[in-house]
Amino acid sequence: MGWIAIRMLTGDRVKFIGLLFGVAFSTLLITQQLTIFVNLLLRGAAPVNEVSTADIWVMDPSGRTTDVTLALPSTALERVRGVPGVLWAAPLIRSGATVRTPEGDLEPVSVIGVDDATLIGLPRRMVEGSRDALAEPDAVFIDDVGSRKLFEQGGAVGTRLELNDQRAVIRGIVDADPSFTSTVILYTRYSNALNYLPGTRNRLSFVLARSAPGQDAKAVATRIERETGLRARTKPEFARDGIDYIIENTGIPINFGITVALGFIVGVAIVGLTFSLFIRDNIKQFGALKAIGVNNNEIRLMVAAQAGLVGLIGYGVGLAMAVAFVFVGAATGDAFKGFYMPWEIPVIAAVVVLVMILLTGLIALRSVLRTEPAEVFR
Amino acid sequence: MSEAIRVEGIVKEFPVGDTRIRVLHGIDVDVNSGELTYLVGESGSGKTTLISIIAGILYPTAGRVSVFGTDIYDLSDNQLVRFRLQTIGFIFQQYNLIPTLTAAENAAVPLVAAGMRRAEAVDRGRALLERLNIGDQAEKLPRQLSGGQQQRVAIARALVHEPRLVVCDEPTAALDAKSGRRVMDLLREVALASERAVIIVTHDNRIFDLADRILQMEDGRITRDGKQMPEGH
Repeated sequence: MGWIAIRMLTGDRVKFIGLLFGVAFSTLLITQQLTIFVNLLLRGAAPVNEVSTADIWVMDPSGRTTDVTLALPSTALERVRGVPGVLWAAPLIRSGATVRTPEGDLEPVSVIGVDDATLIGLPRRMVEGSRDALAEPDAVFIDDVGSRKLFEQGGAVGTRLELNDQRAVIRGIVDADPSFTSTVILYTRYSNALNYLPGTRNRLSFVLARSAPGQDAKAVATRIERETGLRARTKPEFARDGIDYIIENTGIPINFGITVALGFIVGVAIVGLTFSLFIRDNIKQFGALKAIGVNNNEIRLMVAAQAGLVGLIGYGVGLAMAVAFVFVGAATGDAFKGFYMPWEIPVIAAVVVLVMILLTGLIALRSVLRTEPAEVFR
Repeated sequence: MSEAIRVEGIVKEFPVGDTRIRVLHGIDVDVNSGELTYLVGESGSGKTTLISIIAGILYPTAGRVSVFGTDIYDLSDNQLVRFRLQTIGFIFQQYNLIPTLTAAENAAVPLVAAGMRRAEAVDRGRALLERLNIGDQAEKLPRQLSGGQQQRVAIARALVHEPRLVVCDEPTAALDAKSGRRVMDLLREVALASERAVIIVTHDNRIFDLADRILQMEDGRITRDGKQMPEGH
């Protein structure tokens, strides 16, 4: 009876397309919004994940994220280096500044000062220029998204900037994941950064550390905290802190949650109404089938086949559109740079579609099962 | 002629609010195989209820119905559904064809429901449509067919699995005289085959002359049983 059920459904083009649209729209909305949400959250962890070699971040005890911390005294670096289990430690400055472009525009930027000798803290991939160029006087590297923002026509490398009233020359472009705030990032040497940033007593933002081979990073971080009185977080913990900060301090989860819920509700409404209309239009035929000798289990299988087909195709279409959106967006626009779709999102969308199909299918099925075969004679 | 259907003391009541309305008052009737039996009467006389009970799609409040020796309401629900599928063919006034299936596929539905492979079932449906002189319409959808052609597809669906009992609700109501006559000739041919019976609910006095037996109902009772057209029709 399965093919009869499918033909009943697909033969009614308008309702079939309406059902597919409902499921596909829901899938697209849920998948696309969850993808944006997750990737925005991950941007809260981007500054931490960017530094691949350090597995421990040390900061002021009040520090919460890469952007929310108090500066440390420069002696903190040596104190961390002296903790047993620390293989190496390097300084990192993160601070806000303002640049004036050659066109005279002002732009807020993040200045990141990395260790002069090792360049720990600098993204690994260069889009243009060489890492060695950072050793040149007044050299800064700009992130690729920032370079396109400030220099739409290109030609960023070699350009002179006025950074907090001081001369800076762009010597290279790095491939960096945009941060949550999407500000332009300028990388420079730690010693340079001290010159660029306003003078305060303490200017060291973080100490990046690496646990010695065979040492557990968590245990070393705990030891650093105990022996220095500073806050030490492993890389995964600190990345998670950045995400949690966004969740706790912005309306993003609620807004995206509302959109996802709307996607589900609109999907249920469209699919439910259309499926109910479809069943209502075919109720006499279902009644006739029951009179002829099709039992309720076969009727259940027929409705399940119809709902399953709608769910499968609608989900596939919606997911394909969402994947296309992410791929095209990531490939063509800086706003979606680095976006990807974690495998959990299609699974969540599949579960939501399954619930939607079960809900609407069961409601439709109820009216079919309640139809008495004798009604076809009335 | 042997006994095809035995109806004994059938009572049917429907709940209406707090009360129950009795629409059949202890009906007793036998129908023989090889007979074309008409059930006639005014609207609300109970003929649709009676034919539904005889066909095994409406449980009576009291009484027994035996179809070719089987007490159908002693069967379990699933057995009764199976019995209907194997033994009874239905022709509905509104045809109730599936609009998105071709004529041949519609005709094949009972065979598919019985578990026959789709291709074989559709072939048999198509062959029966040939016999009903609409073989050339086999691949058309119901909406592409005239009322008479749709009724013949419905008849094909009712007969394709060779049921022993065929129940029809106003099979000629939507047809012109010529088409109605052709349909009745066909049903008569079925009825005259051995060990089969056809019961028809009808108001159509154009076809009364083809009946072997006419049962007239009034207020939930059979008030006349004979071969003559009842008065007033």
